Amino acid sequence: MSNVTPVRPDVNAPTTSTTRSLRGRRRGTLENGQQAPNGGERLLIGVVLAVCTAAVMIPFLGIISTSLSTSEHLNQAGGFTLWPDGFHIGAYVSILTGGVVTRALLVSIGVTTVGTLLSLAVSSMMAFGLSRPGSLLHKPILLVLLFSLLFSPGLIPLYLTVKQVGLLNSYWSLILPGLISAFNVIVLRAFFMNIPNELFESARLDGASDWHIFTRLVLPLSKAVLAVIGLFYAVGYWNSFFNALLYLSDQSKWPLTLVMRTYVLDNAQLSQGDLGAAVDALPPQPALQMAMLIIAIFPILCVYPFLQKHFTTGMLTGAVKG
Amino acid sequence: MVVERTLVSKSAALPEASSGETVAGIRPRKKLTHRFGRDKTLLLMCVPGLAVLITFHYAALAGNVIAWKDYKPYLSIATSDWVGWDNFKVITEGDPAFLGAVRNTLVLTLIQSVLVFPAPIILALLLNSVMSLRIKRAVQSVLYLPHFLSWVVVVAVFQSILGGGGLINSFLRQHGATTLDIIGNPDLFIALLTSQVMWKDTGWATILFLAALSGIDSSLYEATAVDGASRWRQIWHVTLPGLRGVIILLLILRLGDSLSVGFEQIILQQRAVGIDASEVIDTYVFNHGVVGNSWGEATAVGLVKGVIGTLLVLGANKLAHVFGEQGVYKA
Repeated sequence: MSNVTPVRPDVNAPTTSTTRSLRGRRRGTLENGQQAPNGGERLLIGVVLAVCTAAVMIPFLGIISTSLSTSEHLNQAGGFTLWPDGFHIGAYVSILTGGVVTRALLVSIGVTTVGTLLSLAVSSMMAFGLSRPGSLLHKPILLVLLFSLLFSPGLIPLYLTVKQVGLLNSYWSLILPGLISAFNVIVLRAFFMNIPNELFESARLDGASDWHIFTRLVLPLSKAVLAVIGLFYAVGYWNSFFNALLYLSDQSKWPLTLVMRTYVLDNAQLSQGDLGAAVDALPPQPALQMAMLIIAIFPILCVYPFLQKHFTTGMLTGAVKG
Repeated sequence: MVVERTLVSKSAALPEASSGETVAGIRPRKKLTHRFGRDKTLLLMCVPGLAVLITFHYAALAGNVIAWKDYKPYLSIATSDWVGWDNFKVITEGDPAFLGAVRNTLVLTLIQSVLVFPAPIILALLLNSVMSLRIKRAVQSVLYLPHFLSWVVVVAVFQSILGGGGLINSFLRQHGATTLDIIGNPDLFIALLTSQVMWKDTGWATILFLAALSGIDSSLYEATAVDGASRWRQIWHVTLPGLRGVIILLLILRLGDSLSVGFEQIILQQRAVGIDASEVIDTYVFNHGVVGNSWGEATAVGLVKGVIGTLLVLGANKLAHVFGEQGVYKA
């Protein structure tokens, strides 16, 4: 209840008691004391997990390979290949040097950056505002937050509200309606409430205001949970396409996901005019399509290793308290 | 992602909100003016979040009145005519398109509950019996990844593997075999949707089960081992009972979501397979309302769906309490 750093470095690390870890692992058991599988079972487990892993890895391999291949190679392979015939980055150059994909990428980056920062700021402020039970209006505000989980307004009423507020066809329509998720606020609040009160008391004795306590004490102590919640918000903004489809009628404002829908899923052809000026020959369509997918996946792959160890914190902080 | 996280945070936060004023940091009640002076920073910090909730949740919720109106986009909500319960006739009189959407929704929900729900439990049990921690972590890193991809990417991945010009069909064509018609085949659409959901989220969903597994007291395993229990009996008598709470929580939330299946996923693939095979309640609301301009009727359908979903969660939660489980929250 009162530990300052509820961040366990890795939940998957064995949660053995001290006596057990001193004693070491008994032969023939797993870390948790369960009987270890026998040879045949172990083989079966290995095969199943290998198949699952391959089912995720092989498509990625194919996407990368296809994006780097020449048209001769792709024609021969039938459009999708698991191994490239070299390292041809023409597809990336042509979609990243201007044209529809570059513009969409910039839209996605902008919306994701602004949205994530705003979401984090508003959520963490609200979570802190609600983290002192007994403060004025604490209960009603908490109820307003919690009741929003019980019933969603529905697609059409939300659309009409966005229209009424005058956000149709504005980038803000991609950010404001989903600015805070009540779950994330509750997770942050639970985390803030876990910070020992003595810290607040001593800060207050030193003359710190609530705002100072929030910015100088609470936020620095909560970096891990903020990182995970930030990742969840960012992935949400980066991946969303339906709100853009619904609210943005001006196609030049479309984010990367919707442009991919047009050119990858619906197989619209990218012509020279849709691309940057830097290429002489148009790279093959499959390579262009797969390069777009890689560009959409790449930012996620970049932050993934840093945040992976905190996933469970973000998922379970609320529960650890209970 | 959201669904899984609901239950953990809810289960912790709700009891607190209603009862537990024993938490550290409690502020004693004093006179109102004094409390305002003391707490005004905290209140101010809630304002932006509250503004968003009130505008895009509660005010939007009120927009459901157009279920009883003949809404026209060129009129406003206020000036559109009241039409009583006319819009609900699609439901009460059973409009064929609506009934088709309901049928598809229920079939999908049923199949996904049977196939998709247990998959992460099995995968978590498998991962949990991997002896090497390093291998276990590597496998986890790979299997969590698809969860973070957009549905657009997931659908594109499936098209490049299973589609007409995809990996499998190119292979078959080169070897003179007949190609498989998977993408765009209405008969296989449900199977396709189900496998996409499994590919995307099974790995991620194991997180909760793995956390619950690591919470099982190891002395239980030791005690059963001393009593001569085999591995399978340990799974049956120790592991699965240890997961019961999480499983029930997830089932309750799943029940509440049973009328919403794969909206984004289906919208992306609807054109290829046609409306009949692919329309579910959510896509019906979009296609009938926003695309087809029957705003009132579509809102009525969405509203009824939302009410039923909420009732299902409340009912299932009650049921969990009756059976002595904690459920999602306690009132």
